[in-house]
Amino acid sequence: MGEFVMPSLGADMEAGILVEWLKRPGETVTRGDIVAVVETDKGAIEVEIFEDAIIDRLLVDVGTKVPVGTPLASLRTIGQAGAVGPVAAAPPGAAAPKEQATPLPPPSATIVRPAARPAGMPAAGDATRPYASPAARRIALERGVDLSGVIGSGPGGAVISIDVEKAAGATKPRAAERGPDLAAMRRAIGAAMARSKREIPHYYLSRVIDLTKATAWLESANAPRAPAERLLLQVLTLRAVALALRSRSGFNGFHTATGFRPSERIHIGTAVAIRGGGLVAPAIHDVDRLTLDELMGRLRDLVARVRAGTLRSSELTDPTVTVSSLGERGADALFGIIYPPQVAIFGFGAPALRPWVVGSAIEPRTIMTASLAADHRVTDGHAGSLLLADLDRLLQQPAQL
Amino acid sequence: MIAETRDGGFTETTYREAVRTAIREALLSDDRVFLMGEDVGRYGGCYAVTKGLLAEFGPERIRDTPLSEGAFVGAGIGAALGGMRPIVEVMTVNFSLLALDQIVNNAATIRHMSGGQFAVPVVIRMATGAGRQLAAQHSHTLEGWYAHVPGLKVVAPATIEDARGMLSAALADPNPVIIFEHVLLYAVAGKLPAVPAPISLTGAAVRREGHDITLITYGGSLPKTLAAADSLASEGISAEVIDLRCLRPLDTATIVRSVSRTRRAVIIDEGWRSGSLSAEVAARLMEDAFWELDAPIGRVCSEEVPIPYPRHLEEAALPQAAKIVSAAHVALGR
Repeated sequence: MGEFVMPSLGADMEAGILVEWLKRPGETVTRGDIVAVVETDKGAIEVEIFEDAIIDRLLVDVGTKVPVGTPLASLRTIGQAGAVGPVAAAPPGAAAPKEQATPLPPPSATIVRPAARPAGMPAAGDATRPYASPAARRIALERGVDLSGVIGSGPGGAVISIDVEKAAGATKPRAAERGPDLAAMRRAIGAAMARSKREIPHYYLSRVIDLTKATAWLESANAPRAPAERLLLQVLTLRAVALALRSRSGFNGFHTATGFRPSERIHIGTAVAIRGGGLVAPAIHDVDRLTLDELMGRLRDLVARVRAGTLRSSELTDPTVTVSSLGERGADALFGIIYPPQVAIFGFGAPALRPWVVGSAIEPRTIMTASLAADHRVTDGHAGSLLLADLDRLLQQPAQL
Repeated sequence: MIAETRDGGFTETTYREAVRTAIREALLSDDRVFLMGEDVGRYGGCYAVTKGLLAEFGPERIRDTPLSEGAFVGAGIGAALGGMRPIVEVMTVNFSLLALDQIVNNAATIRHMSGGQFAVPVVIRMATGAGRQLAAQHSHTLEGWYAHVPGLKVVAPATIEDARGMLSAALADPNPVIIFEHVLLYAVAGKLPAVPAPISLTGAAVRREGHDITLITYGGSLPKTLAAADSLASEGISAEVIDLRCLRPLDTATIVRSVSRTRRAVIIDEGWRSGSLSAEVAARLMEDAFWELDAPIGRVCSEEVPIPYPRHLEEAALPQAAKIVSAAHVALGR
């Protein structure tokens, strides 16, 4: 039996509100499936599961605020008998269904304990049939409520009349309530950044990078493409950061109470501004293994979902490093604050045409200031300088990215 | 003779005294009424219900009988056929098994067999139930057996008001009525109106109103069920308690009305679970209230063993408030 817990969706998150269950008891889930929606200071986040399992019981009602780490649902391994489904499905030698799956008072022979789940439930083909009381079924029929979308509060998690009445009375909160609470997000940013400034000994480096070759390559690469498929400069910088980090492990990973733990995988938290204010930096996973087109697709998807407020839990918890790009109309340079427990953040200022010495001549070139803020507990300025130099070199060979 | 004190229109009394008052009132108000049974006269009744009645009404109307249930119950049926209004006391339900032939084959059938020519207006009272360490042969709860038989009315007064009022209603009924008095209720004390209101023989009563769950019981289990409801209330669970009162005919409408509101029911029956009255009540709810239910119907019955003699085992074998509370938790999914 495993548990699906309220995730920590950021260093500053202490509790979250369960907004919606997207899976029901008895459903089989595979790693990466979105199981629930949790309301946090960053908005409504779709929470994924990280194992293959069967949802056994839902332990927290919709609308409940629970601390990080609170079990939201119990899981059982596929093939293990549980509260749902026939006991006969258990493989030989499997543990008998545990009593805790259906928390009931101590056994007493005189108390006729109704089966926690219908004992006569067919073994096959019926696993998704909503487990609902007769009253719930009648009211659902009368009021046109789809039982499969109702979370049960009755014995064994059964949908009972009051659940259906609530569902019939409530407008579906999902679409309406999506999107972040900007004031709460501001508080969350403040808390995380204050913690970072308090705990992380930052050092700051910058390097002015000539992007003339990169922008020229981009122009030719985009020329045959339809507008929707064109690459942005940001894709090149993200890709260059990922490749540079491959050989500089002191900048990619987490610093926790037990010290720094480098990450093999490179998940770049990509800062996305939210209209009206607010900022999130959800991860694009394994950037070093993506083609430029794949990366562009991920970036578009991410920006769209930030705007729609449909981020996933792993995108918020996974970033191993952060990149913040101001874009063409931004300031010249940006020195970031590290998002704990990460140890580095890159800042890219606005690329601009500047007079630049090439050889012995002054030429107009597309110039951008790249910065690195990194954690002195893990690395020093020397290592950071080498990293920025690597980044520069990679951006001079855009065709190799 | 009967210890009663007046208190603002109410009288302090006990269940035992209420039954005695009802018998006395019947004897005073109708010459056709007489009482017959083992030890009802000189001894004053095995449970002291009839103490003093022999002295007041004499041996013609308070008749001690031989230890032969078949004979004196049969005699009571004959007297009823002959125009009398006999109250036959069978000492306990355990001994009534010797009179089953008279009750089931004669009392219950004669109106039907005679094409309506003869009625049997007999009232048979008997003590029932366990809880007094009387061991397996003297602790039966067989109300459900009698409630199975058409032609009989079966009532189980669980309160002092019903103990006081059901007898006159039973005597007024033109057909045989069996009154079950639980042995643990005789000592229950309480107040009665000095002038009791007439009481209906049939129909269930809501003894406590609630909205989360319906606890359905009768007879000696009513005090335990009310105690369980108190305990549930302390947890914030509002339990409605229904006293069936009349076990045949069953008042299905009242229990369906309640369960349709609470959507959950636990039935408390001191009888054994298999083939019990609780099974009948559960079946009625399935037939008439299935679409109102939010949880399987729970039951708290006696363990399916001959009732043990040792106190701790006897208590463990019977429905108790804690078991009722647990069953309510199960039905509520808590």
